[in-house]
Order: sequence, then structure tokens, then C-alpha cells
Amino acid sequence: MDLTLIKASVLLSGPEIIIILGACVGLMLSLVPRPGQGGLIAGLSLLMIALAAGMSATLGHMPQSAYQGMFVIDGIATYFKLLMYLGTALTVLISGGYLATENTDKGEYYVLLLFALSGAMIMVSGTDLLIIYIGLELQALSIYVLVGFLTKNRRSNEAALKYVILGAFSSGLLLFGLSLFYGLTGTTQLEAMAIALGNAETGDPLLVLATLLLLVGLLFKVGAVPFHMWLPDIYEGAPSPVTGFLSTVGKVAAFAVLLRLLMMDLSALAPIWRSSVTAVAVLTLAVGSLAALVQTNIKRMLAYSSIAHGGFLLLGLLAGGPDGMASVMLYLLVFTLMNMGLFAVIVLLNQGAERREPIWDFSGLAKSHPGLALITLVLLLSLAGIPPTGGFFAKFYVLVALIKTGQVALAVIAVLLSAVSAWFYLRIIMLMYMGDADHPAQVAMTPALRLALAITLIGTVLTGLFPAMFLDAAQAAAQAATLAGLG
Amino acid sequence: MTGLPVLSMLILLPAVGAVVLPFLRAAQTARWFAFVFLFADFLLAVWILTTFDASSAAMQFGEHYAWVPSLGISYRLGVDGISVWFVLLTTLLGWICVLASWTSITTRVQEFMTCLLAMQSLMVGVFCALDMILFYILWEAMLVPMYLIIGIWGGDNRVYASFKFFLYTLAGSLLFLIGILLLYFNAGQTFDMLALMDADYPLQLQIWVFLAFLVAFAVKVPMVPLHTWLPDAHVQAPTAGSIILAGVLLKMGAYGFLRFSLPMLPEASHFFAPMMIALSSVAIVYGGFLALVQSDIKKLIAYSSVSHMGFITLGLFTFDAMGLSGAVIQMFNHGITTGALFLCVGLIYQRGHSREIAAYGGLIKMVPLFGILFAAFLLASMALPGLNGFIGELLVLAGAFGVSGWAGAAGVLGALIGAAYLLGVYRQMLLGPIKAPNGAELWDLNPRELACALPLLLFVIWFGLYPKPFLTILQPSLDQLMIQLTPLAVPP
Repeated sequence: MDLTLIKASVLLSGPEIIIILGACVGLMLSLVPRPGQGGLIAGLSLLMIALAAGMSATLGHMPQSAYQGMFVIDGIATYFKLLMYLGTALTVLISGGYLATENTDKGEYYVLLLFALSGAMIMVSGTDLLIIYIGLELQALSIYVLVGFLTKNRRSNEAALKYVILGAFSSGLLLFGLSLFYGLTGTTQLEAMAIALGNAETGDPLLVLATLLLLVGLLFKVGAVPFHMWLPDIYEGAPSPVTGFLSTVGKVAAFAVLLRLLMMDLSALAPIWRSSVTAVAVLTLAVGSLAALVQTNIKRMLAYSSIAHGGFLLLGLLAGGPDGMASVMLYLLVFTLMNMGLFAVIVLLNQGAERREPIWDFSGLAKSHPGLALITLVLLLSLAGIPPTGGFFAKFYVLVALIKTGQVALAVIAVLLSAVSAWFYLRIIMLMYMGDADHPAQVAMTPALRLALAITLIGTVLTGLFPAMFLDAAQAAAQAATLAGLG
Repeated sequence: MTGLPVLSMLILLPAVGAVVLPFLRAAQTARWFAFVFLFADFLLAVWILTTFDASSAAMQFGEHYAWVPSLGISYRLGVDGISVWFVLLTTLLGWICVLASWTSITTRVQEFMTCLLAMQSLMVGVFCALDMILFYILWEAMLVPMYLIIGIWGGDNRVYASFKFFLYTLAGSLLFLIGILLLYFNAGQTFDMLALMDADYPLQLQIWVFLAFLVAFAVKVPMVPLHTWLPDAHVQAPTAGSIILAGVLLKMGAYGFLRFSLPMLPEASHFFAPMMIALSSVAIVYGGFLALVQSDIKKLIAYSSVSHMGFITLGLFTFDAMGLSGAVIQMFNHGITTGALFLCVGLIYQRGHSREIAAYGGLIKMVPLFGILFAAFLLASMALPGLNGFIGELLVLAGAFGVSGWAGAAGVLGALIGAAYLLGVYRQMLLGPIKAPNGAELWDLNPRELACALPLLLFVIWFGLYPKPFLTILQPSLDQLMIQLTPLAVPP
């Protein structure tokens, strides 16, 4: 590997390097405790994210490989990275207010967020199973700490411990699958593996086992049923902005890996995973929608809602083709916007983690804070998939992709369950508009939260009213990626 | 025809109002603001009607902009001789709703008026949309303001009623979406309604899509057995909500059959016609009997709507020129009459605070203006000759007898039951000794209340005596529908 190749590789991984550098600088700054330190490091994080976003945008969609085929910049990598910058930036924006309420305004928080982001970025750019695994672990380890960041809160600690144990378990399964793949094909590099698997017998029990282990590991990360048990507890216990981060950036990264593996490089394995993923998708939708009906904690409810959305995303994956891929990509964008928006509202209504986050917090919000209630209304309607919001269009496009490939039965199941899921979003709306304000919410609006709400609201409405430009971006990225996958 | 995007203006005017209105501080300003916007919208609709070319069945005032080109979704508007009447009906009831809520809505007035404006924008949009996805988006988005209207300003049991309304309609319309997508992929990936009408689909597909559409429209109409949300929603809704529900929203289900099921899926429509006629007959008679035993006036009118809407679906599925035009006329007239009846109930409820029929008596003596109007609307609803309800019901019955004696008989029976319960209300509430709940002193209508009721009375009498202008505009579009409905000679 000569110098020019190294230079090119470093250039292509520039965004990751920027983020990691930012994290290191932040770490050093946080060693010197001083008042207002959290704000400073938050600002630094936003700056680094902006720089990385600029770099990623410049690198663009053209498929370019680096580090001897272990790392790639292509349509989906760039698209998902931009999406993750957005998710992380929104997390940073809503964190300040929350950390202030909880009296833990430490700079390490943002450093860990940046490390988690860099891990997620490596996941979506990795074209070698080991690189993907390293990215995944970097992200997971940072999030473990973030989940337990409220050191004096029992729920937070409990959630962190649970997450570590279950996360390690699933990583183990994933690693086991990877090792079997290495044994079967003699490589961990995806392109070489795809060639080696090109004429493999899909009935081979070892291959089936390897595929299923890999799949289970990844489905665990996206919180698909029956590997979802960890999710509600961890969503509930983690600090609210971290939950937001986990449910958006974490999901995006896991789905990006699923897309890359299942739809591009390892698509030859489709006969093995197809039926099981179908079953998992339907189960995920059903359990997510039904279990959310009975939740009285907003974060638990959103945990199940996010499981249900995961089911919809799996349907997009099953639809396949450029349309299926683009539908997943668009869905994740809309989901990031609306979900982070709602977490911003939760942070605003937060009166201390000890009080938990009962849905009654929303009661009578329309009387005390009509503007905030209206924003929440739009976000909830979007999550429920009611037009003209982005949530509708995201679901709609998944249905288009499904019906295009003739999977009408799946589409029917999906819409029926999404009617069920409308119920619990509607319940919050009902509380806001028809409930009594016994103890009116105290809302401490900060400029950062205001900005986060504005971004998510505008994004949710724009993706609903003018979906064309977002759709075109997703389609172009998917097109570029699938073309590269074929070539 | 001018180059102005009049239909967009018609849709956007209330929408702009809805955006601006929340910023108004005083409740009174909000009322006037909403009234001015909706009245201006009405005038625009009247202008559209007067410049409408009655000799053509084509879509007029067309507009077309690409919206999501890669999926073939566009912003496409236009009205034909059928929809132009519903645009008029919607805009007419719109400002009447504002007047009807002038003093009865006193809490969160700005939000209420915003909901009314948003509602109007979406409803007019539904009748003008010529792109399936645009139609669907508007159709579905309409649920939200209506849900809020029932849920915030409704009666004691409003939360339950609004939930039921929302979930019933949502579940129905989601299958509708799947049906749309099936047609889309079979007709060469377009959502243009006119193109979808021209395409031919295999019978098997038509049957499935018809069923998917049926659920959506049958909930909205509502047809028995999917009607149970209606009495709850009507009874709990505030007066304006009831007027919109009965006057416009119910019509949308029938409009859906008229615009999609019949022209796009003619073979399936013929296939399912016996079932539809049977269901409609059941609705006519069953709704009538349910209305007969109600003691709550609002519930009675709600069930009478089920029965009257049964006439409409019956007429639609006779596939007979008379039956069809009867159904469309009945759609419009039912909107006027039932809207007016709910208005009257709202007025009397505001005075006596009771909806019990038995609590009132001799109203025609105590409050003569109100009494006369209420009587006129009751008689119109009963299809008295000379008032607007007559011609539609007669045509539907004529069409029904041509298809099936049983359906015709059910229609006649329904009309008789209708006469029984409406005359019952007439006798109990309007005649007899003067009676008011708790001996309350009722007062007669003030000019504002007259201003909401008189325009409706004008239509009741005008269409009763001289329906020709209505029929002239309607006829070309109906003729075209008849052509589209003729099944192709496809071998089975």
C-alpha cells in the first residue's frame, strides 16, 4: 500500500476522523472542570458534526473504496451518515436542558455521543465484517455508558447493566455468525465473500446457521420481536436524550448494516432469511402495536412504538429492490425527525428522572402551552402515519414498494396494525386536548430546544407536503448503491 | 373559462385563514374572521357554479402540477357536474356552521374556528381532487380536525365518541389505500383518476379492490352494519360538528362510490350490486325502525340519516339512469335538510338544554319563527312533494322498482316509517300544549340565527319547486357515468 493509497483512504474516512478528533479534544477539555463546560463541549460537538457533514457531502455518492476494500463511501453510506449527523446534532441540542435538570452537566456526555456516532459511522461504511463489528462495539460501548449516565438514578443504572449483558450476548451471537462465515468463505471482506457465496448451496446447514446467527445478532440491535425484550426497559431507564439517540441513530446504523448485508453483498442468501424475516417483521409490527396500547409511561410507549416502526422498516427491506431500499432510507429520515421531536417534548416536560415520565404529563398541555401542544400533535400524527405529515409518506412508500413486488398480504397486515397503533398516539392527543391540567407542566424552553423543535417540526411537515425532494435523494442514493452492488 | 387557479383559491382561502386565525387574540374577532373567510369561499363557489359550462361532462377549472414525479403523484384538480354541487354544499354549510356556533361555542373559540376553516379546506379539496393520492391525503387529514371538534367541544361522552369516529374511519381508509395502490400498478403507475377510470382491470382484481373501497366508503356513508359510530359521533358532536358530519362527511362515502367504485370497477360493481342493494334496503328499514324508537332528537336524526343514506346507496347500485340521478339529488338534498335539522336541534338545545323530544311541546305557538322553519325541514326530510326531498326519493324508488321489487318495497316501507317518526316529532314538539324543559322560557330566533336557517330554506323550496338548473348541470356527468358503467363484454 503506497502513500497515495493511504492518503486516499484517509481522505475517504475524513468524516470519521473529524468526529473522533472532536471527541478527543472534548475529552481533554472535560478534564478541566469549570462552569459552563458542558455548553462548550456541546458547541464543539455541533461544530465537528457540521464539519463532518460538510466533508461527507463533498465526498458524495460515487462508490469509492478505501483501506483495501474494508471501507467504502457510497450512496447508502453517505445518506445514512448525513442522517446520523442530523440525529446526533438533535440529541446534542436537546441534551443541554435535560442535563441541567438532572444536575449532571458533564462534558463526557457529549464526548461519548461523538464516540457513539463515530462507531455508527464506521458501521455504515464498513465492507468487512470485522470493521462492521468494531464499529458496532464502539457504538454500543459508548451507549452503555450513556444509558447509565444518571449515576444516582437506580433505573438508569439498572438499564445500563441490562443493556451491557444483553448487548454483549447479542454481540456474541453476531461474532459467532461472523466466524462461521469466515470459516465457510475464508474471508471477512464482503465483496470477496459475495463471490465465494455466489455458487454456494443455500441448503448447507452450516451456512444456514451462520446466516441465522448473523441475522439474530442484527435483529437484536434493531429491536425486532422476539429479540425486543431489552428495549422497553432500556428506553425507560436511559436519560431521555440518550433514548432519543438510541432510537434514531442506533436504529439507523443497525438498519444500514442490514441493508448492506442482506440487500447488497449477501443478497445471495435471500432464500435462507426471507421467510424468517417475514415472520419477524409481522410479529414485530403486531407486538409493537399491541403492547404499546397498555403503556402508561411515555418512554415505554415510544419503545414499543419504535419496535412497531422497526417492523415497518423490515417490510421495506422485504420489498427489496431499489424501491425497497429507498423506502427504508426515507422512512428512517422521517422517523429520526419525528421521534427526536417527540423526545424534545419529553425533555421539555421532564421534571426530574425520579418522577418517571407518565403520559399524564401531557394532560391539559393544549390549555397551558397551546403552541407546544400543536407541535406535539403534528409529531404524533406523523408517528401514527396520518397525512399530510412525513410519517404518512414514509409508510406509503413502503406500501408502494411492497405492492410493487406483489406482497399485498403483507401490506394489508401492515395497514391494519398501523390502524391499531394510531390508538395510542391518539391517546396522547386526547390527553393534551381533552384532559384537565391538574398540575400544569412547567416548561423551561431553551434556545437549543426551540431550535430542535423547529427543525423536527419543519422536517416532519416538509417531508409530508413536499416529499419529492427527500424521495429523490433516497432514490438516488439507493440507485447508486444497488448499481455498485451489481457491478 | 379563465386561467385563474380558482379551485386552488377555493381550497387555500380557508387554509390560509386557519394558519392566521390562531394568532388572533379576541374570540369575537376570531368569529368574524372565520365567517368572512368562509363566506368569501362560498361566494367563490357560487361564482364557479355560475360560470360552469353545463353542456359538458368534462372536468372543468382543471389544474395540474407535478408533486412527486417519480411516483406519478400530482396535484390535479377539477370539477364536473356532480362535484361542483358538493363544493357548493360544503361552502354553504361552512359559514352557516360559524354562525351556528357564534354563541354556543364559548371556550377556545380560536381553536374551534381554526378547526372549521381547516375542515372546509380539506372537504372542498376532497371534492375537487383528481389525483387518487391527493384525494386520499385530504380524505384522511380531515379526520384530525373533526376528531378535535367532537373531542374538545362535544357532549359528556365526547372522548369515547371521538375515538370511535377516528378509529372506525381510519381503519376503513387504510384498506382503501391498498386498493388505490393495486389499481395504480395495474393501470401503468398513475394516480390520475381519469386515467384510472379509463383503464380495464381483470375481474378478480376488481373484486378485491371493490371490497377494499367498500370498507372505506361504507364506514363513511355509513352502511349497516358499519354505522355504529354515527349515533355516538352525532349525539356528542357540537352543532357545527353534526352539520358537517351529516351534511358533508356522509356524502363523501357516497361520493366515493360514485367517483371510484362505479366508474373504475364497473364489473365488480355489477357483481356486488345485489349485495349492495340488500344492504341498502336493510339500512333503510333498520335505520328507520331505530329512529322510530329514539327519545333523543339528535339520535333520531342520526338514525334517520342511516335510513336516508340507504336510499342513496340503493339508487347508486340500481345502475339505472333514474336511480342514479335520484341518488345524487338525494345526496345534495340530504346534506341541506339534515344539516338544517341539526341546526334546528342545536338552536333548541341552546334554549332548553335538553334533547328529549318529550320535553318540548307547542313550539310553533311559543317560538313561531323557529317552529315554522323546523316544520319545513321536517317535512322536507319526509320527502313531501314540493320540497326538495321529494324528487330524489321518488327517482330512487322508480329506479329500485326497476331492479328488484323487494328493494322497491323496502324503500317504500322506509319512506313510510320516515313519515311516522318525522311526523311524530312534528306532533310532539311543535303541536300540542306549550311545554319546555323545566318550564324554561324559550325565545324566538334572532337575525343571526335566521341568517343561518333561511338560506337552507331557500334551497329546500327552490329544489322542491324548480330543480331544473340542478339537473341541467348534473346530467352530462351522469350520462358519462352511465357509459362508464356499462360492463365491457369481457368473457368470464
